[in-house]
Amino acid sequence: MKTLLQLEDVHSGYGLIEVLKGLNLTVGEGEIVAVLGANGAGKSTMLMTISGINQCRQGRILFNGEPIQNQPPHEIVHHGISQAPEGRRIFPRLTVRENLEMGAFQRANDEALRTGVEQVFATFPILKERQTQLGGTLSGGEQQMLAISRALMARPKLLLLDEPSLGLAPMIVTKIFDIIRDINRQGTTILLVEQNANMALHVAQRGYVLETGKIVLEDTAEHLIKNEQVKKSYLGG
Amino acid sequence: MSGSEIFLQQLIIGLSNGMIIALIALGYTMVYGIIELINFAHGDLFMLGSFAALTVVGLLGLDHLAAGAPGMWSGLFLMLLIVPLFCGSLNWLADRFAYRHLRDSTKLAPLVSAIGLSFVFMNIGLLWGGVPMNVFGLGRSAASPKDFPALVSNVNLLGQSAVEFTTKDLMVFVITLPLMVLLTWFVKGTRAGKAMRAVAQDRVAARLMGIPVDRVIGQTFLIGGALAGVASVVSSVYNNTIYFQMGYRAGVDAFTAAVFGGIGSLPGAVLGGLVIGLARAMCDQYLETRWTNVLVFTVLILVLVFRPQGLLGARAKEKV
Repeated sequence: MKTLLQLEDVHSGYGLIEVLKGLNLTVGEGEIVAVLGANGAGKSTMLMTISGINQCRQGRILFNGEPIQNQPPHEIVHHGISQAPEGRRIFPRLTVRENLEMGAFQRANDEALRTGVEQVFATFPILKERQTQLGGTLSGGEQQMLAISRALMARPKLLLLDEPSLGLAPMIVTKIFDIIRDINRQGTTILLVEQNANMALHVAQRGYVLETGKIVLEDTAEHLIKNEQVKKSYLGG
Repeated sequence: MSGSEIFLQQLIIGLSNGMIIALIALGYTMVYGIIELINFAHGDLFMLGSFAALTVVGLLGLDHLAAGAPGMWSGLFLMLLIVPLFCGSLNWLADRFAYRHLRDSTKLAPLVSAIGLSFVFMNIGLLWGGVPMNVFGLGRSAASPKDFPALVSNVNLLGQSAVEFTTKDLMVFVITLPLMVLLTWFVKGTRAGKAMRAVAQDRVAARLMGIPVDRVIGQTFLIGGALAGVASVVSSVYNNTIYFQMGYRAGVDAFTAAVFGGIGSLPGAVLGGLVIGLARAMCDQYLETRWTNVLVFTVLILVLVFRPQGLLGARAKEKV
């Protein structure tokens, strides 16, 4: 399998606090890779560093073999990496449609924009229904669908998902993970950060466990589900 | 003049000045909306625009023409291109070299820089007032108010009526109204305008979407500055006098207008501008001129105490 994303000894943090302390991780083309970890382990920091929001202080981030660390976020989107961030961060006073248009900001072409929006509406009829509504008025599940769709509007090769299940009812969570699986089947590689380890390991092929800024465990999802340590810490028993 | 005619006259004066205040207030509110900076240098930018306008008048020799002469209209048109370009670029440069570096710093840092820049601009205005050109009143002190030649005539368009609606009043509305419509369309309908709103609502999310945030903020300064530049030209031609400290009063009026309407809201800034313009005109007429500034500050204080979000401002941050 071809490596799409590679993190080599990545260090990152805020001010004097170092959050990522030499992170190594690879994502192969076509995979769903899950990163598990407790609150504060550095999961979101990792995604924000890949997206260029946080500074990568040491180490390299390779995308398709090319170093992309510390490039401005819009360049990184341009390379083909989009993120649906933690807490969804929908633009509350833009309409659903405008939110989607912002996701395609790097694709200025009107035609591409229209087909992109139509594709989203075909997948999520509820968003079509709500297209003129303000983003802030959607329910949590709808906002998560919008956040994922908005990230897909850039037609990324790699989609970064940060806690897509956060704050959603169990039924909606199942639906969101079905959507994630579908997106992957259609050819988008996914790096998924989750506290809901059970769900994450059921859609992912491989997984990593992140503890205080370092990878402590790496295996196939199948093995991780059975791993005693993972069971105890992340699967509730 | 009968009582109702006096009232009507003050209404016209108030609305005309209100439109000018509104243009300046739009620049305040746009910049506040996108980076939550009260750009205290904005009023002084407006003042520098007036000095730029007078310089153009001198360079083109417009002061030798009679008001309303054919060359005057093309001169006015030229000013409406050059001065907004000048003010817009200056505002863009202020962001690029002063505020951008402070983006991730505390909110107070750019605010203090803006106050500093206000002084810098004011002193540039003072220097500029000493430029050896006829229009700047050769030999008079640099700090003295400058006469801005009457480029547009004062003909009453209402004929023999005691109430005057002059060509100058008409000019104010003909220039400012379409500009406001254009701005609304830009912010609501264009890709760049939507990006501006996106950056204003969630800067990190906007960056994640691939929106070049610094460029969008720069565009906001450019447009806000250009609007102040248009206000400079219109105000100079309307009021016929400019002064290196005029930015202070204009700034207070426009800031109050922006807060009154709800800072961050474009329609709010226009509404606030009209209200402040009218309040000033009515106060000048029915109270006393010296109470006018007191009235404006009182309005500002009352709004801040009882309705800090302004008339049209968002009530609170949406829960996401």
